Amino acid sequence: MTQVTIATLQIDLNEERYLTDSSQWNEEVAAEFAKEEGIELTEKHFEVLNFLRQKHEEGVDITIRKVGKSGIVDIKGFYALFPKKPLKKSSRIAGIPKPTSCV
Amino acid sequence: MSATEELIAKSEKKDARPLEKVCIICAKGTIGDVYAALVMSNGAVMEGIETKVFFTFFGLDAITKKRMNKLHTGTVGNPAMRMPGGIPFPTMLGGLPGVESGVSAMMRKQMDKLDIPPVDEFIDMITAGGGEIYACKLACDMFGVGMEDFNENVKSIITVGELYEMCDDRTQIIFT
Repeated sequence: MTQVTIATLQIDLNEERYLTDSSQWNEEVAAEFAKEEGIELTEKHFEVLNFLRQKHEEGVDITIRKVGKSGIVDIKGFYALFPKKPLKKSSRIAGIPKPTSCV
Repeated sequence: MSATEELIAKSEKKDARPLEKVCIICAKGTIGDVYAALVMSNGAVMEGIETKVFFTFFGLDAITKKRMNKLHTGTVGNPAMRMPGGIPFPTMLGGLPGVESGVSAMMRKQMDKLDIPPVDEFIDMITAGGGEIYACKLACDMFGVGMEDFNENVKSIITVGELYEMCDDRTQIIFT
């Protein structure tokens, strides 16, 4: 586990740079993670991130299908927001664990 | 791990590059065969891997509009088939009228619970992420089907030569 300081906040990351404690997340952390992925966050991104965090809190396994049915973006739009690896990238930026679902 | 093994592991890691391109071939039309190809394909797209899926022979059912969402599980001659609870499924029973349909409906219901989409939606997901779907020309000629019979996400009907032309030395070809 590594500790990183973002702005004034100290956060804990696992070896794949996912937050180990999702309560340490805030918008600054999201922006920093997004920068690492080459993404500039817009309001739409945050809508997706908040959806993912909410599902995570509910204990739901997140899939791209669920994001596609969220009413926020369709799957094509999800790929456009978080290119190449939408579910992994968005989960990391949302400060929740790496997705465990195969779809 | 011996010192030599450690050295090998180290050098392999150094030279290893992430998977870039896959070409997945689906030649069979049971639920298990088709979903294996679809899960592999969608998984590749989700990892940012350039993905092409080639459907041939009985696999064509998976892209044929009137068949794709009604695929069946083989209940006869399938030794891995089990009753709910794990008791082996007798082949004689699998041959009775309606059994295959019933079992297949149960399979589809079970998959839906796990958020695994129906075939047409799964193919939508793959193409939404940039994956490409192709049908085999030889199989189309054999079965007398064409683009008009296929789901709108099928890009084109191609020969095996054209399939190989789309691949290069960075492509992994996976036959499910």
